[in-house]
Amino acid sequence: MITLEHIYWLMGLMMTGVAVVNLRDRSNSHRFNNTVFWGIYAITFLIGSRLPDVVNGFLVIGMVLVASIRGLGQGKAETASRVEREASARRWGSKLFIPALTIPLVTVLGTFIFKKITINGSALVDIKQVTVISLAIATLVALAVGMVMLRPPLSAPIREARRLLDAVGWAAVLPQMLAALGALFAIAGVGTVVSGLAQRWIPLDNPFLVVLTYTVGMAVFTMIMGNAFAAFPVMTAGIGLPLIVQRFGGDPAIMAAIGMLSGFCGTLMTPMAANFNIVPTALLELPDENAVIKVQIPTALLLLAANILLMNLLVFRR
Amino acid sequence: MLTLIGVAIVVIGFVLRINPLLVVTVAGLATGIAGGLGPLAVVAAFGKAFITSRYVAIVWLVLPVIGLLEHAGLKERARSVVSGLRAATTSRVLLAYFAIRQITAALGLTSLGGHPQMVRPLIAPMAEAAAENQYGELPEPVRHRIRAHAAAVDNIALFFGEDIFIAIGSILLIKGFLDQNGIHVEPTQLAVWAIPTAICALVIHGARLLLLDRWLRRDLARKQTEP
Repeated sequence: MITLEHIYWLMGLMMTGVAVVNLRDRSNSHRFNNTVFWGIYAITFLIGSRLPDVVNGFLVIGMVLVASIRGLGQGKAETASRVEREASARRWGSKLFIPALTIPLVTVLGTFIFKKITINGSALVDIKQVTVISLAIATLVALAVGMVMLRPPLSAPIREARRLLDAVGWAAVLPQMLAALGALFAIAGVGTVVSGLAQRWIPLDNPFLVVLTYTVGMAVFTMIMGNAFAAFPVMTAGIGLPLIVQRFGGDPAIMAAIGMLSGFCGTLMTPMAANFNIVPTALLELPDENAVIKVQIPTALLLLAANILLMNLLVFRR
Repeated sequence: MLTLIGVAIVVIGFVLRINPLLVVTVAGLATGIAGGLGPLAVVAAFGKAFITSRYVAIVWLVLPVIGLLEHAGLKERARSVVSGLRAATTSRVLLAYFAIRQITAALGLTSLGGHPQMVRPLIAPMAEAAAENQYGELPEPVRHRIRAHAAAVDNIALFFGEDIFIAIGSILLIKGFLDQNGIHVEPTQLAVWAIPTAICALVIHGARLLLLDRWLRRDLARKQTEP
C-alpha cells in the first residue's frame, strides 16, 4: 500500500537534490546556509518518522536558526532568458499546457480511482490520505510527460525545483511550522482560555449580539490561530452551542455552516494562514509580503458582514 | 492567562517584522513552557508537531515540473494565448477563473487550482497579459497588484466554494463536532447552508474584480498623461 510515508521519501529526495545543487552553486554567497537548511529539511522527510521527537525538535530549531540568524540566499538564475523562453514557447505552442494540466486532472482522477483499486484485498493507497497521495502521483506523471515531450537534461527538473524553492525561501516551511504551532496551542489549552474571555465579555440577553460575537469571534480567533478548523470547536463549544442553540433555540446546522464560513473570512486577513496568504507573495515575487492580504481584506470584511446578517436572518427562523 | 503568551509573541513578532520562522518557533516553545512542559519536553512536542504536519508541504512536489515548463516558456505561452483574445481584460480573466474555481470546488474538485501549479504559471501571466493588451508595458506596482489579485481569487473562490461539497474536511469536522455534542445533522444540511454565503462571495468579489478594470484604466491613463 502506498502511504504518506512513501510520499515523504519522495519529498526527502527532492530536498536532498535541492541541497546538493545549492552546495555546488558558487554564484550564491549563502550556499552553505541553503545547503544546511534544505539538507536538514530533507532529513525530517527521509527519517523523521523514525527519529525520537526531541531529535526532530532540535533539527527544526537548527533550520530556524540557519534561516533567521545566518540567512538564506539565492544563486544567479541559470534558467533560460526571456528571448529563449519566448522562442521555446513559439516552438511548443499550446502543447506546453499538457503537462501543466496533467497535475490537476490526474489528482482529481486519482481521488476517485484509487479508492476503488485493491490488491489482494488491501487498498492500493491509504484511503485517508488519498488526495495528497494523488497529488504526489500526479506530479510524477506530469513530470514524466514533460520529460518525454521536452527532452531536457536529466538534472533539469531538480535544478528548476531549486530555482523556485530558493525564490520562495524559508516561507516554504512556514505553513508547516504554523500547523505545529497550532498543535502546541491545543496542548497548552489556548482555546479554552480565549473562549473563557469571550464568554465573560458578551452581553447574553440579545440574540443579535450573541450572533455578532460568535461570527466575529470565529473570524478573530481564526486570525490568531491561522486556521478556522482550530477556532471552530472552541468558539462553538464556548458561545455557539450554549447561547445560540440552547438559550435562543437557533438551528445548529445553519449556525455551524455559517460560523465556519465566518472563520474563513478571518483566514483571508491573517499572515498566520501562510500557505494561502504569504507563500503566494513569495511565489509571485511580490515585494510586499502582505500584498495578498491587503487585496483580500475588503472582500473578507464585506463577506463577514453578510454572514452576520445571514445568520441572524436564518438561524432563528423556527 | 500565561497560556496566551504565544499569541502575544506572534502578534508582536509579525508587527516588528522579525523572521516569522523564528517568531513561530519562539511562540511555540514559550506556549509549551507556559503550559507546564519542561524544556526538553517542549522541544520534543515541537518536533513531533512539525513531523506530523509534514503533509502540508507535499504541494512543493509540483516545483520540478512547473520549473521545467517555465524554462520551456509556459508563462510566455499563457500570455500569448490571452494576447490573441481581443475581449480579454484583466477583470474578465480573473472573473472567469473565479467562477471556474468556485464551481469546481463546490463539486469537490478542490485540487483544480492552487498557487504553485495554476496561479504562478498560468493565471497571473494571463491577467497581466490582458492588461498589457490594452495599455502596453505595465509599471511594476500595477503588475504586482494584478498578481496579488490573481492569488486572492484562488483563495476566495476555494474557501467559499468547497463547503458546498458534502465530503470536504470542514463539513466533516462540523459533523463530527456536533455528533460529539449530541446533535445529529446530515452533511447535506450543512452544505446547503453554505450556498447563501457562496453567492454573496461571488457577488461581492465579482463586483470588486469588475472595478479592477476601471481602476487600471484610471491609474494607467493618469500615468500616460503625466510626463
